[in-house]
Amino acid sequence: MAKKSYRQAINEAIAQEMRRDPKVIVMGEDNAGGMGAPGEDDAWGGALSVTKGLMPEFGRQRVLDTPISESAFIGAAAGAAVTGLRPVVELMFVDFMGVCFDQIFNQAGKFRYMFGGKAVTPLVVRTMYGAGFRAASQHSQCLYPIFTHTPGLKVVLPSSPYEAKGLMIQAIRDDDPVIFFEHKAMYDDEEEVPDESYAIPFGEANLTREGDDVTIVALGRMVGLANEVADTLDRDGISCTVVDPRTTSPLDEDTILECAEETGRVVVVDEANPRCGMATDISALIGQNVFGALKAPVKMVTPPHTPVPFAPELEDAYIPSVAQIEAAVREVAGYAR
Amino acid sequence: MSDRILPITMPKWGLAMEEGMVVAWLAEEGSPIAAGDEIVEIETTKITNVYEAPAAGTLRRRVAGEGETVPVGALLGLLAEPSVPDEELVAFIERFGADFAVKAAAAEAAPVEPETVTVGGLRLNYLRMGPEGGIPLVLIHGFGGGLDNWLFNQPALAESHDVLALDLPGHGRSSKEVGGGDMAMLIGVFAGVLDAVGIERAYLVGHSMGGALALLFAIKNPGRVTGLTLIAPAGLGSEVNMDFIDGFIAAGKRKEMRRVLELLVGDPALIGRDMINDVLKYKRLDGVDRALRRLAEGLFPDGRQKTFELGDLARIPVPISVIWGRNDRILPVAHADSLPDGVEVHRLEGVGHMPHMEASAEVNRLIEAALGVA
Repeated sequence: MAKKSYRQAINEAIAQEMRRDPKVIVMGEDNAGGMGAPGEDDAWGGALSVTKGLMPEFGRQRVLDTPISESAFIGAAAGAAVTGLRPVVELMFVDFMGVCFDQIFNQAGKFRYMFGGKAVTPLVVRTMYGAGFRAASQHSQCLYPIFTHTPGLKVVLPSSPYEAKGLMIQAIRDDDPVIFFEHKAMYDDEEEVPDESYAIPFGEANLTREGDDVTIVALGRMVGLANEVADTLDRDGISCTVVDPRTTSPLDEDTILECAEETGRVVVVDEANPRCGMATDISALIGQNVFGALKAPVKMVTPPHTPVPFAPELEDAYIPSVAQIEAAVREVAGYAR
Repeated sequence: MSDRILPITMPKWGLAMEEGMVVAWLAEEGSPIAAGDEIVEIETTKITNVYEAPAAGTLRRRVAGEGETVPVGALLGLLAEPSVPDEELVAFIERFGADFAVKAAAAEAAPVEPETVTVGGLRLNYLRMGPEGGIPLVLIHGFGGGLDNWLFNQPALAESHDVLALDLPGHGRSSKEVGGGDMAMLIGVFAGVLDAVGIERAYLVGHSMGGALALLFAIKNPGRVTGLTLIAPAGLGSEVNMDFIDGFIAAGKRKEMRRVLELLVGDPALIGRDMINDVLKYKRLDGVDRALRRLAEGLFPDGRQKTFELGDLARIPVPISVIWGRNDRILPVAHADSLPDGVEVHRLEGVGHMPHMEASAEVNRLIEAALGVA
């Protein structure tokens, strides 16, 4: 099986779905690349080249460049979805999503509910998130908790190339609006990815490690860091389960609670800010449901409640690190009442 | 390096295995070892298995400690006669360490990769290893399986034979089209694969559904088969555990899949995280669900197996050897009781439906012995 990057995996998923279903279209800034400018076809394929190669194969009718006008093209994509197409639209950085909240929260996310279940909105909004790119506070946020908060949207955080392909195929086949979060620091990560199409169902957490002592619930890029910590600590006699929820909406509460109950010790790792975030939400869920099984307080590893700093040293210190996760797991593992 | 010292190294079980952990040594330093003795238990993220001594000797050194994880090919221990001086062992270990990095780099450069052939518009995936020449061995997996099922057998048998394992239609990385989902379709494609890779005659090893396939292929094409080893073959009785078949098709979550896979083996502890992941990954591929449902309908209509006329078996002009686990919870071992005289039956204690994984060394020996007769 060939190794593929996170970027290739997403590209392959979109291409395979476009071949399978003529209703699938792609749109976004520079997704085709240099629309109308001779010699510039397919120049970019999106800001980080995820859609490169799609326009030459599927043509300008199905791969559209849009103006820098997020509220207009996200609204257009929502409308196209509700009338029968399956748009995969790229909103470059999730940080810019504020200008089209109405289209997403009040339109796409509500159609099914407000039209008595008769309207479906098979829309995928792809967007980049995450720090570590030296891109400053307006291009580095992890805003998935805001979308998770809004019923009617599905929210996906692929943690590896294999996951990215299967979750993107599921996102395109899904009849509800999906916000698909791609961590910009993961595009060159590689692993074995099948050439065939496959869909990973939403709302089913994955266990990337299985252990008896501590449960680490980690999201998106944090899953890889949690795996690294689990492997290190395994050699030291602390065995960890790592839960990757894959989607924050729907959230696989059952798996998270079962694992928390089995180990009684939990660390939640989230790159998003801590107030009203997934780490707080998951911690509360565990506290409410399996309190009796807990042997230690649930520990959160998150950045502080500040914007992402631009100074490289501060940005590095801001992102949850392997060392911080390891320290948290050791603390929780050693906790005695 | 030395004829007097035999290194025991971390085996490579399957294409994906890169390292393994020594769970426990089953022999003390200084104890005499016979070939085939269980000497060390090894765990990978996929499965746990016992490694057996490749030759006789005295276990002079346990180099890898219990709980230690080492890469494939790394030194685990040394077998040598008591007369070999300690200094020689120490020197051997040093040299081995130095050579290991070089060898690892060479192995990296030329791994054996699966190949594909096209038969009747279907893409069939297969893995072939071992020396060319002689009668090839062909390994045929069961329902829901794949060529990975032979990870403990194919490399061992390939030391002295040309061994091909394939993914049947609907399985592994082969096309997921299975036509009517019946045996005739599987046999047609199987014959096509042999033709496409230039195998005129072969020794067939078939497991479960693959055992039934091997048997039917031999009945239809007696000239193309030199002998058969059938491992818990389907088709010898009507009972089949439909909880497994239906459960395997239905299970989408890890927990459900673990429960289903545990039915396959005598000791549930054998099933590791990666085995469950690999099966789930396979089941997510487009077309697999439909293929499995169609095969189950074709092969086990109304929850019963279609059975052979046992008289047909007696007419097969080649030796047949049958291996069955006494704790098989999928196809009862009692099915072997009705086999005609002349069919050699080996019933393995404490083993479930996967003898080739659960008791691989024993199964490999039985296959080698049966090959000798054939």
